[in-house]
Amino acid sequence: MESVYLLIPVSVVLVFGIALAFWWSVRSGQFDDLEGPGFRVLMDEDQPKPPAEAAEANKRNNG
Amino acid sequence: MSGTQTTYNDKVVRQFAVMTVIWGIVGMLVGVIIAAQLVWPELNIGFLHFGRLRPLHTNAVIFAFGGCALFATSYWCVQRTSCARLWGGPLVPFTFWGWQIVILLAAITLPLGITSGKEYAELEWPIDILITLVWVSYALVFFGTIATRKVSHIYVANWFFGSMILTVALLHLVNSAAMPITLLKSYSVYAGVQDAMIQWWYGHNAVGFFLTAGFLGIMYYFVPKQAGRPVYSYRLSVVHFWALIFTYMWAGPHHLHYTALPDWTQSVGMVFSLILLAPSWGGMINGIMTLSGAWHKLRDDPILKFLITSLSFYGMSTFEGPMMSIKTVNALSHYTDWTVGHVHSGALGWVAMVSIGAMYYLIPRLFGKTEMHSTKLVTTHFWIATIGTVLYIASMWIAGVMQGLMWRAVNADGTLAYSFVESVKGSYPFWAIRWLGGVLFLGGMLLMAYNMFKTMAGGKTADTTVNVPVAHHA
Repeated sequence: MESVYLLIPVSVVLVFGIALAFWWSVRSGQFDDLEGPGFRVLMDEDQPKPPAEAAEANKRNNG
Repeated sequence: MSGTQTTYNDKVVRQFAVMTVIWGIVGMLVGVIIAAQLVWPELNIGFLHFGRLRPLHTNAVIFAFGGCALFATSYWCVQRTSCARLWGGPLVPFTFWGWQIVILLAAITLPLGITSGKEYAELEWPIDILITLVWVSYALVFFGTIATRKVSHIYVANWFFGSMILTVALLHLVNSAAMPITLLKSYSVYAGVQDAMIQWWYGHNAVGFFLTAGFLGIMYYFVPKQAGRPVYSYRLSVVHFWALIFTYMWAGPHHLHYTALPDWTQSVGMVFSLILLAPSWGGMINGIMTLSGAWHKLRDDPILKFLITSLSFYGMSTFEGPMMSIKTVNALSHYTDWTVGHVHSGALGWVAMVSIGAMYYLIPRLFGKTEMHSTKLVTTHFWIATIGTVLYIASMWIAGVMQGLMWRAVNADGTLAYSFVESVKGSYPFWAIRWLGGVLFLGGMLLMAYNMFKTMAGGKTADTTVNVPVAHHA
């Protein structure tokens, strides 16, 4: 089973890599706020306005 | 950030989104053809027989349809959640055109029988090198965008996309290592059972990272966006991510139960597969519960129907998978159509449906519209796709269990009760139902293409301005 001599070191290196990424993300404060980011993703303006609202906005803009 | 008016690079998202639908139709059409070839063997004409077309089907749906969906959604998500334009300049269009060339080369070489013979990695070495170049560019663009983000937090979906990109790079490099003999032929550097182990280490992790982690990234961005609510528990989504990537790597040996692979390796694969049930269901529950308190939205929003149904299929197939990896269950299910049904419960029910949902979210926004040309057609698509998936899975369950039972049945004197061809004969009606399920699913995609082109007609394709929230500077 020579292939495990490749796969097991690869996995071990990978686990250390993942652990390092995890350590970095904890230290750099990625997980300090575990509520806000869920809301923040909704706050850009990708949501189309419902047609009624858009029409109203149009009316307001047009005077 | 006043004064500097950067825009998002939506052109590449637009290109990938349209090609997702086109390649979806192509890949699923080939799937319908090979399903028909099993029911009507006379359809195996010349070199366009099942053996040549099957890898074309898998490559087209996984890497062309699924790949384009991942590129489109990850490029959209990483820009919006980082408040930054895609980094990398000419690398960005290179990822699009390079990936399309890979797909075209696959469509030419596979029917001609030019193949390395490794499942889900059939493409020959020159194409493998092109894949590597495109994928490294993809990684540079994605992580370059993360590095130039204007907000300090990296949204959880980007962790999923990022881990998918890195792991697929590693899997591709290790598994595709080959000795070229001519321009069109190479041999794997591994041999025998070593090759089988490497192959399924690759194969299952490709399922785990390409088809799971990547599409979970889609789920964690597009389900909250479409529902207009934050994900049920952001904390759980972070736990889900780390638990999934720490435990995924060693599930592959369950593809090699009862083979020449050492027994202990098979058992390790089985145990890791069983462990995977926990993070998978954590994520599934997290996604579905995002709608908690707003279940009424499911009633009239067909895009949410797609997304939430995809999560139900994700939960179902991530329960079925660990169960099938148990060696005693596998003794019945292995090599039967049950496996094919399981794969399609994940592929049609989860991967395709979550991609379709995300595309229906993206397409109007990419062409300056507020919604798809016809919401009614989206609803019709949803029901056709769901019925098609259920027909597919149910027929394969019945055929698979029947085949498993027939193959293991022995008479009192120890001889086999059935010949192999009797199990083939018994499978015919179920193969016909499977074909019908596939036709329905493909029909849904055709509706989607019509709806997409109608939405695109007369659409505006101006790039939108990056809006950096003032309070969240890095």
